[in-house]
Amino acid sequence: MAMNLEPDEPATHDEARRTFLKQSSLLTALALVPGPVVTAAADGLDEHVVAAFAPTPLTLKVNGTKHKLTVEPRTTLLDLLREQLHLTGTKKGCDYGQCGACTVHVDGQRVNSCLSLALMHEGRDITTIEGLAHGDKLHPMQAAFVKHDGFQCGYCTPGQIMSAVACVREGRAGSEAEIREYMSGNICRCGAYANIVAAIQDVQQGGQKV
Amino acid sequence: MNQFQYVRATQPQAAIEAVAQTTDAKFIAGGTNLLDLMKRGVMTPQKLVDINRLPLNKIERMDNGLRIGALALNSAVADDKLVRERQPLLALALNAGASGQLRNMATVGGNMLQRTRCAYFYDVTMPCNKRAPGTGCGALEGINRMHAIFGFSDKCIAVHPSDMSVALVALDATVLVRGPRGDRRLPFAELHRLPGDAPEKDTNLETNELITAVEIPDGPFTRHVHYQKVRERASYAFALVSVAAALDLEGTTIKGARLAMGGVAHKPWRLAAAEQALVGKPATEATFRQAAAVAMQGAKAFKHNAYKLKLGPNTIVQALRTAAAA
Repeated sequence: MAMNLEPDEPATHDEARRTFLKQSSLLTALALVPGPVVTAAADGLDEHVVAAFAPTPLTLKVNGTKHKLTVEPRTTLLDLLREQLHLTGTKKGCDYGQCGACTVHVDGQRVNSCLSLALMHEGRDITTIEGLAHGDKLHPMQAAFVKHDGFQCGYCTPGQIMSAVACVREGRAGSEAEIREYMSGNICRCGAYANIVAAIQDVQQGGQKV
Repeated sequence: MNQFQYVRATQPQAAIEAVAQTTDAKFIAGGTNLLDLMKRGVMTPQKLVDINRLPLNKIERMDNGLRIGALALNSAVADDKLVRERQPLLALALNAGASGQLRNMATVGGNMLQRTRCAYFYDVTMPCNKRAPGTGCGALEGINRMHAIFGFSDKCIAVHPSDMSVALVALDATVLVRGPRGDRRLPFAELHRLPGDAPEKDTNLETNELITAVEIPDGPFTRHVHYQKVRERASYAFALVSVAAALDLEGTTIKGARLAMGGVAHKPWRLAAAEQALVGKPATEATFRQAAAVAMQGAKAFKHNAYKLKLGPNTIVQALRTAAAA
């Protein structure tokens, strides 16, 4: 191993697979069949077993709470939030960075959590839609989306709101045209755009702290 | 997604060694394109070396220009005061690309190394010489509306998707590279290559080389610049055609010009002959039309992208007109 690598480097793929096969009596028989079959079977396993392939420690702060976790390297930030931390407010839309439904804040910056490995965020501070309200008091952007009916089916809404908050904080909500440009990474198949823009303009003009 | 070993590096040399240890290892920075490709099975690296912790994200002023670290985020570069003052064309091109979220993730080095969005490259059930050498080019006789009109070969007609790179080639940037055999500098125009007989190679980088920075020399192009991007929706789509235009005007006379196109070739396409056609002429519609005609010499369309032969020169004229008025 190279000297300058951090000590939390995971076991190699082969070691990890051996460990997994030892641990799983269920799959012992698969050790006799070719690698790709084992891999294919692994894709269908539940999360706990898949994590055993290369369990890697990860420390994250999510919505103010510090979590010490163990993840498999392939785990995206989105899947970690939804499947391991059960924060299902963040939505999986396209899973390819094209729709924005998975938008969360990392150290205050909006990102697509689907196109990011969880392990890339060691030590970072994540905010999801669940972390926006103060108890029962909605965040001003959440309240504005309700007031302006900024949604129809609601699936894209958590991503829209996380992106909208960032858009205002970035100073990119100065006009309807600017909002539409800087919100273009969030797609709404119901077409609630007019009301989404109205909600953002309301928050921007209201001057509340976002 | 295939399984892979994950390694996090804190120094460039360690990252390069970690990649060199394994066949088919890749650096990962923002991951916005690599993870997309891995989820689709287009790329299947056995090891990912996370370079996000390398100290390569500074934007610095040098004696004769700017040096931008390879890990500087697209959003950070686009919003940087030095960049906006000295190289506004770069800021415009960056903001024309992707979305607010993606620009917060994508790095300068990763942006220039992103792969083509050719649908045949992305679909693993289709032939593609870039993804699977020797299988043929699906786009050649297929749905090629997004494809090249310059510099293609019968092996590949894909286009490079980056907006940032179109500005960098126009601005005479230089790429700083570190590899197992040390450091070297590469003119930005020589970073990307034409497909020829080896479309699987996007760039002239050698195996295991890491881009560490890009340098942009100071120039007179601080005011009359424009990045014109034509796409199928108002925002957040790849270019059908894009044009980076920069003019150095003395009164209404063009003292210097830079011009490059995106969406038309396997690399960002510098229009040197058209630049020459602009110099010394008045900044008028007729001059711009003439330069656009020069720019389009040698262009050749396929079945579905003939519109680019007309859209190309019109976009050049629009970009020059807007730059002159800026």
